[in-house]
Amino acid sequence: MAYSEKVIDHYENPRNVGKMDAADHSVGTGMVGAPACGDVMRLQIKVSDTGVIEDAKFKTYGCGSAIASSSLVTEWVKGMTLDQAAELKNTQIADELALPPVKIHCSVLAEDAIKAAVADYKQKQGK
Amino acid sequence: MDIKQNFFEFYGLPEAFDIDLGQLSRRHLELQKKLHPDRYAHLSDQERRLSAQYTAYLNEGYATLRSSLLRAQYLLKLRGIDTHNESSTVMDPLFLMQQMELRERVEEAPQHADPEAELAALAEDVDKMMAPLQAEFCNEILAPEETSVNAAAVAVRKMQFLDKLRREIERLEDELY
Repeated sequence: MAYSEKVIDHYENPRNVGKMDAADHSVGTGMVGAPACGDVMRLQIKVSDTGVIEDAKFKTYGCGSAIASSSLVTEWVKGMTLDQAAELKNTQIADELALPPVKIHCSVLAEDAIKAAVADYKQKQGK
Repeated sequence: MDIKQNFFEFYGLPEAFDIDLGQLSRRHLELQKKLHPDRYAHLSDQERRLSAQYTAYLNEGYATLRSSLLRAQYLLKLRGIDTHNESSTVMDPLFLMQQMELRERVEEAPQHADPEAELAALAEDVDKMMAPLQAEFCNEILAPEETSVNAAAVAVRKMQFLDKLRREIERLEDELY
């Protein structure tokens, strides 16, 4: 199976790989996994007092498409509000990266991860 | 022999997780002999095709039953749950966090002062986590209730993550030596 150029670009130069302090009250952490392939993904966001995502980091153990999907999401969500980020759809990710049908689940994983990170942040804030 | 039978029936084994692997190997040899192509050389094309079909089914069955993970997945599949092809991502967050930490340790193992010992320790950790999951699966799959089948599926999903981890450790071990 051939990866698209955008997937290869994100795979070879992943953006925003890293870790934030999960205990920090301004950080939301999303942990998701795909049992079928054993992929695990951690996506974290740092949110300003006004509810805007200032920074995002990820770490993904999985295939190129899973890494590219999470890398792309961290680029996209910077500057977004929490609500905007929670509205991201896997189809947007899959379209941008030209993922083939067998790799659509990787974009679903990334969508689930950002939603989980937003939910975690909101829970922390008691909102 | 009938390829409409499931693999357990085909091999004359009880439909359970805890099977006698020695018995499986012996049955496999017996069935292989029965199906040896030389014995069918004088037969019609159709009969030979049938024999080839049986052999393919036999080999798939052997590979499936011999591996504890594939056997567990197969038992669930017989009960209508396909954990191998599903895309659900709802997993216990604590389990995922632990997986993440283990994957990080595996990734950093080649830079460890003693990579060989670190990888061996990791493999042992994975095996220690695998054993109770297998025991849990073994019990749950015997019960017919839906809640038990679902609990068995949860155990298999975790086993799938651990299997991936185990293969990753083995890949690094191969690279080291």
